[in-house]
This record gives sequence, C-alpha cells and structure tokens, in this order.
Amino acid sequence: MNITVYVPRDSTALALGADEVCAAIRAEAQRVGAEVRIVRNGSRGMFWLEPLVEVATPQGRIGYGPVEPGDVAGLFAAGFLDGGAHPLAHGPVDALPWLQHQERVTFARVGITDPVSLDDYLAHDGYLGLRRALGMDAAAIVQEVTDSGLRGRGGAAFPTGIKWNTVLRAQAAQKYIVCNADEGDSGTFSDRMVMEDDPFMLIEGMTIAGLAVGATRGYIYVRSEYPHAIAALNEAVASATAAAYLGPDILGSGKAFTLEVRKGAGSYVCGEETALLESLEGKRGIVRAKPPLPALAGLFGRPTVINNVISLAAVPRILQQGAAWYRDLGMGRSRGTLPFQLAGNLKYGGLVEKAFGISLRELLFDFGGGSASGRPIRAVQVGGPLGAYLPATRFDTPLDYEAFAAIGAAVGHGGIVAFDDSVDMAQQARYAMEFCAVESCGKCTPCRIGSTRGVETMDKIIAGQDRPQQIHLLRDLCDLMLSGSLCAMGGMTPFPVLSALDHFPEDFGALDAAKHAA
Amino acid sequence: MQHAPPSGAGDSAVIADILRTHRAIPGAMLPVLHAIQDRIGHIPPDAVPAIADGLNVSRAEVHGVLTYYHHFRQHPAAGRVIQVCRAEACQARGGAALAEHVQRTLGCGFHGSSPDGALTLEPVYCLGHCAVGPNIAIGDKLHARVTPARFDALLQAAGAPA
Repeated sequence: MNITVYVPRDSTALALGADEVCAAIRAEAQRVGAEVRIVRNGSRGMFWLEPLVEVATPQGRIGYGPVEPGDVAGLFAAGFLDGGAHPLAHGPVDALPWLQHQERVTFARVGITDPVSLDDYLAHDGYLGLRRALGMDAAAIVQEVTDSGLRGRGGAAFPTGIKWNTVLRAQAAQKYIVCNADEGDSGTFSDRMVMEDDPFMLIEGMTIAGLAVGATRGYIYVRSEYPHAIAALNEAVASATAAAYLGPDILGSGKAFTLEVRKGAGSYVCGEETALLESLEGKRGIVRAKPPLPALAGLFGRPTVINNVISLAAVPRILQQGAAWYRDLGMGRSRGTLPFQLAGNLKYGGLVEKAFGISLRELLFDFGGGSASGRPIRAVQVGGPLGAYLPATRFDTPLDYEAFAAIGAAVGHGGIVAFDDSVDMAQQARYAMEFCAVESCGKCTPCRIGSTRGVETMDKIIAGQDRPQQIHLLRDLCDLMLSGSLCAMGGMTPFPVLSALDHFPEDFGALDAAKHAA
Repeated sequence: MQHAPPSGAGDSAVIADILRTHRAIPGAMLPVLHAIQDRIGHIPPDAVPAIADGLNVSRAEVHGVLTYYHHFRQHPAAGRVIQVCRAEACQARGGAALAEHVQRTLGCGFHGSSPDGALTLEPVYCLGHCAVGPNIAIGDKLHARVTPARFDALLQAAGAPA
C-alpha cells in the first residue's frame, strides 16, 4: 500500500536538516521495501519540532519531530508508517493544542498542502475568492475589502480598502499592483512562509487586487535573502499562468493580469514603499518624498497599489467568506487576524495566527512557553528593528494597533523577539543606531548623520563618559530623528533606543547619573 | 563555488548576451545586475559602461546602483561565502558570541576573507528563521541553531580547515 509521508520544504525546516531527513526516509523505505509517497509540504510553523515529519493514517496525519536523519531507521522499526508509537511521536498534528488554540485564517492551508501544487490549492478552497470576484464589479470588490476592516499588515496599518479606492478612481492607461515582500525585519517570517508554503494564495490576492482597481500588471518584490521564496513563487506563477489563472484572459473572463517576481539586492530600506518602487524602476532604493502618493503616482509614475504580502494574502479569504466574517474577528479598529511570529529566546517559537486582542503575555508564555534558556524574559521587541523594547510590566498590553501606539510601541508586522535577563539594553540601543547607520538610504540628514552620531553617543554612554550629558544628547538626537526624518527608518529608530533607555535605565548607568546630578 | 577571474573576454560576451535578453523589460537595471553576478560571480568594471550603453543611462547611474546595494560585489568573493546573521532575534539566542567565534576561527572580520582565501565572511541582517537562531548560510546552504561547536563541525564538513 502506498503511504503518504510529509516532509516540509519550508526553508526553516531545510535549515534544520529536512532535505537530509527526506533522503534518509527514501533510502530506508527502499531498504525495507515500503511503498512511500513523499510530499514536500509547507511548515506548520512549530519550528521547535522541525523537521516535523507527518504520516497520513486513518486517524489523521500523525506527527514525528524533530527528526534527525539518524532517527529514521528507528521510526521505520517502530512502525511510524502506520502511526506507531515512538519517543518523537506527537499524535494527530491537527489536534495539538498549539495549533488548536490559533485562528488560522490566512495560514489555514500552510503546512498542510504541497505549496507548488495548483491541484492541492484548488482542493483546499483555493481560488474561491477569485471566482467570486470575477462576478463582481470593481467597486464592489473594493467595498468588500473596505468593509472587512483590513489594514496594511506591513506595519503602517493603513486601511487597505481606502488605498485601493484611490487607485480605482485614478485615471490612467496602466495601473500596477506591487507586493512588498522585502521582509527585512528581524523576528519576522510570515511573508516568507506565505511565499514558500502557500504562494498561490498571494497570487490570488494580487489578481483580485488587479480586478478591483483595474490594474493588469503586478510585481512581487522579494528580498534576495529569500531564494526559496523566489523559487516557489516563480514555480507557482508559471503553473497559474499555464492554467489561465493569470494571463491575458483569466478563466475566460476577458480580464487580464500578469505577474512577475523581482529580486531585491540586500537593502533594508527597500521595505519602505517608495524606496521599493525606486528599486523596481532600476534605481537606488532611495525614499521618495510624499505626496504624491504611490496610489496616484507610484511605479513608473502610474497609479499603484502597494501592499504587504500578508495584506494581499488575506484578500482571497475575505472575498470567499465575506467582509462581515473577517470583520467579526479582532478588537477595536484592529479587525481580523495577524500572524504573530514568536522569535528569539523562546522555547516554542513559530507562527501563531490569532485575532487582534491577544496579550503579549499569552503569546510569550501560553504559546511561547517562556524563554528557551530557562531564564526570566527581561525585554521583548515587538515590530522589528524599529519597534520598541517592552519590559515585563507591559506584557498585558493587548495586541491592537491603537493599544500599542498608546504605550509608545508598534505592532508593526507582528514580529515578537524575546530576550532573557542576560541582555544588555545599552548594547541593544547601540545596535539600533548602528543598524540605521548601515541601512540608511542617505537622503535625509537626521537619519544619515543622526544614526552615526547615535552610535558615537551610545559608545560614550557604554564607556561611562559624561553619562548625564550624553544621555541628554541622546534624547535630543532621538527627538530630532523622530520629527525630522523622511521615513520610518530614521523616524522610528528612536523607538528601540528610547524604550530601552526609559524602561531599562540601569543598563545605561542612568541611575548613577541621576544620583550624580542630584 | 569558484568564480572565474575578472574581466575575461568571455565576460564581455556574457554581459552583451544578458543585456540583449533583458534590455526590453521595464526597470531592467537590477535584473541585469543580478544576471551578471549570477553568471560571473561579481560585476566586473567593464560591465558598467556596457550596461550604461545597453540601458541608455549614464555610467554614474549604473555605478550609483551597483554601489548602493549590499548584495552586489565589484570584486570576486574569495572562495566560499559564509553569511552570519547579526540581527536581534539571533542576538537573543547567542548570535553575538557566535559572530565573535566565527571571526576568530576564520581569522578575519566581517566583509573580509580568511588568510588562505578559502572563505569570505559577510554579515546578513535576517535570513528569516528567527525562532531557531543563530542562523548562518554557507554558500546556498542554510543552517539553524548554530553554536560555536556546531560551526566548527559545519566548517570541517564543508572541507575547510577549522
């Protein structure tokens, strides 16, 4: 009998040896004469279990992990092809509490299907959103997205429907859909997972966006650090084109949409939308002054929808299930779900998709299991390198755009990086300035010069040189960068710096300094 | 991954061929530079005037783009490239100690090469495996949960002197 075994192809699983495990399973199956069909699925996002091998049984998919090549012979001996007991066995994967307690809306298929199989996508509700959209007029599609309450998942949280409506109403011979897949924030990997583990969902979302605003061309700008994502997307675009889900006549509707994958070149600031457009046009990735908005004068000067991967990936499900269904999830003005990414020093790191409103504490401890090192969690950075560092007293804040803004922090792209008590927050503040200095596009002075001055000032603080004066200078510099920078790079670098200083003054010698000054 | 030395006669043909197939695509600059680097291993000096001519832009514009992006190299990398993530999520899992160890072991700093020219060390700011760091890439191959001891083992397995 032919038994289906799933071995993830997600690049985190590959970094943990999934290819070697796959080869070992093939070799052992041949040796013992077992007929095995191997499917390279995406990852479930439970990275501490990767490589997580699953076997299809009458009881559902039984998981084994983390599997190393040396474990494979033992798994066969234990009868894992029939779901047999083994120290690495976790029972039916779908029943694991870590997955059960999530609201997997955008990530519903991720880890379950073969990412590059169009048939698999169609068998799991794929392209139902596009089919509905094809029967609607453009304004009705935009209205549906507006009514869903979807806000930009890249970090700025701008209402997606309003952006689309601006592009819909703009008059131009050519409009574009651009997907910002320049996921450079440390502690984030949800875009990468969508592209590697369910690329058709992104393609479908962009196609619907094209129908909604009257754009016939789309680009996905992917960072060069993500070669596996680029390969999966290219394969999926080719399949979708061959099956007329993309091209000059989508499913016989007479509507056209073509898609191209473009590769970035290692510039963090290209995640800023106008810098990304410059880069797509073949120029240095330098931030543009706004206005004009990209919605009116974007790529090649034409009206352009530019959205993050997760925003566009949310669209097929919104069209499939309706705006009200999506809007019923979440809290306040933050509607729907966000795929949170648990990263850094956590025991159970990975992808947790939840409706807005869950607290940081629930994510860190109920899902994350506390620190991986076993030491207390001292600081958590939410929202990438430009996000604030939060102390334990802030862990009960609900994950909601407005609630985070109220405490001087940002939800951003949903990346959550935990640090234990061995962290030196002055070093983290220095790093934030150093990163800004390395990655600044150089167009505006507060960011270009301010970040370098910031590193120098932090060096003096760390060396214990004129601390009260230097801390005063640091605050002044941050104030300038906050108010005077052209984009979020310089404008938000003060978030990690000032939050580290405000919440962890002892690491800056600020307590001694205050005593000194008194 | 050994690359050919810079600016052979073969390179000009490769560059001309890439320009011929890419020049019509909108915003061709980055795709052209990627194609050249993928084939030759870096962007040789004589590629700059050729690209300027092929895409009808100034040499200064080509130079500006080429030098702006961290990914593009103007000189061939010595031997195999090792990328070590230096970003926050890896820092939270021992990334700084690993970065120290790697520099000591290779005998070079970031952007430098080992004395025997077999390895080039580059920083990278996030490979996207932030739950299981510290992360590195040796050539195209990704490795997660890299402790100093595991780095030494990987280096040995890669056939380089530890």
